[in-house]
Amino acid sequence: MLIRPPGVVRGSDITSEQHYLERRKFMQLLGGAMALGASTVLQACSAEPTAADFAGAGGPAVPAGQSPLANYKPKVVSTDEALNSFEEITSYNNFYEFGTGKNDPQRHSGKLTTSPWKVRIDGHCSKPADYLLEDLVKPHQLEERIYRLRCVEAWSMVIPWIGIPLAEIVKRAQPTSKATFVQFTTLHRPNEMFGQNQPVLEWPYVEGLRMDEAMHPLTILSVGLYGKTLMNQNGAPIRLVVPWKYGFKSIKSIVRIEFVDRMPRTAWNQAGPGEYGFYSNVNPTVDHPRWSQATERRIPSLFKSYKTQMFNGYADQVASMYAGMDLKKFY
Amino acid sequence: MKRVAKPAVFAAALVPAALLAYGLWYGDLGPNPAETLQLQTGIWSLRFLVFTLAITPIRRITKCNIVIQYRRMLGLFAFFYSTLHLLTYVVFDRYFDFSGVWEDVAKRPFITMGMIAFALMVPLALTSTKGWIRRLGKRWTLLHRLIYFSAIAAAIHYLWKVKVVIGSPVYYAVIVGVLLAFRVFWEVRRRALRRTTGDTPPRRSLRETQG
Repeated sequence: MLIRPPGVVRGSDITSEQHYLERRKFMQLLGGAMALGASTVLQACSAEPTAADFAGAGGPAVPAGQSPLANYKPKVVSTDEALNSFEEITSYNNFYEFGTGKNDPQRHSGKLTTSPWKVRIDGHCSKPADYLLEDLVKPHQLEERIYRLRCVEAWSMVIPWIGIPLAEIVKRAQPTSKATFVQFTTLHRPNEMFGQNQPVLEWPYVEGLRMDEAMHPLTILSVGLYGKTLMNQNGAPIRLVVPWKYGFKSIKSIVRIEFVDRMPRTAWNQAGPGEYGFYSNVNPTVDHPRWSQATERRIPSLFKSYKTQMFNGYADQVASMYAGMDLKKFY
Repeated sequence: MKRVAKPAVFAAALVPAALLAYGLWYGDLGPNPAETLQLQTGIWSLRFLVFTLAITPIRRITKCNIVIQYRRMLGLFAFFYSTLHLLTYVVFDRYFDFSGVWEDVAKRPFITMGMIAFALMVPLALTSTKGWIRRLGKRWTLLHRLIYFSAIAAAIHYLWKVKVVIGSPVYYAVIVGVLLAFRVFWEVRRRALRRTTGDTPPRRSLRETQG
């Protein structure tokens, strides 16, 4: 199980509910042991479990709040690499609105209400509008896109997203010639997203793309994965997926898409300009100041033995957009 | 009492390691077991450093001398968990690529700090035996003050490691700071006493009660 050969998902890779509950118990045990040892408990294992903990569990049934997605075009983009399990994808997340621990989003995102959901599209465009999520998505064909996701922290997964090309939404809004960048904003609702009460990042979370990046056919707005609507911890109900950039560029739970004429002030770039650039293209030759980006750990492998690929393996499709740019300078 | 208490503390100190080993064996450490192991062994190393540093203040404030009997064991557990922590990095992250390890140590301050914290513990662990305590005499006490610097380096290592400095790395830095502040306070008071009385009160050596 340490290093998986490429291939299909095996039944054994999908965690059974029984096993999942046992793991909970184990994590509580570990948490209890730590509480004995010191008053500060580790994020990943802290807090007593509540009913909400289990709301997001995988398993055979469709969890509460999730509905199956019909009529999507399967495998529009795919890979021969093994998919990560639903359990892995929904229990190991960076979504600081729900805490900084990897398991925090699964445990704390149950409170978020995602229906009704409005998305405002405005800025330099001829057709600004407020859309209900259904109206935004319905006119477009859903597609399955199996992408690698490479986190800036040097771990990665393979995820079967379902979504629509962002380019189609952009075209619908008819951006004017002034629009050179697209800025995205996450929901700001501190009473449902407790992390927003802490000064971790500047809230709300903001991300951005250059217009050509937004129009690129690989860039999608995702509304689901594994055939079902997104779980809250994955950025429900609608999120960006830009597979050749580090994961934090793929902003979650989007409420606003704005066409702007300057480079957006993105959340992580504001928090650590020396560590997180605007572009943040996956690049094994440009290290993060605190760790190498040359290799990555493919979840759930123990070893960081997967060699990171330029533009996360999508160089053939995207490299031309950055021709002539010094990628060490524009990291 | 001692015959029961000491093995009990020893066994308790092994519980986190046992739970991690169990979790690793049964695949119960979450989707990124290597990260869980690294985080847990690191945090337990820091905790045992804190426990070790807390012994002397507890002893001097409560006048409860018996706690000194646990100091060496707790210090050695700090070393034990930091060794495991270092191994998770060398084996899981770097897969025995020592040139890569060296490059990290030279290039990345948070790894440099972690390595300093570990390196400073090595001589302390080696000279923790009764024989070495006897052989080194007064110098043993002096040498073992290295733990102060190891703890400072460990706390900084944790602060520099995280993406956003909030929560537990800050708490640990504060705790280490408070524990070291006791030492600074005692030293300042000792010197002040020397100025007023003209003679030098001895530093309280804890060596003779080392159990």
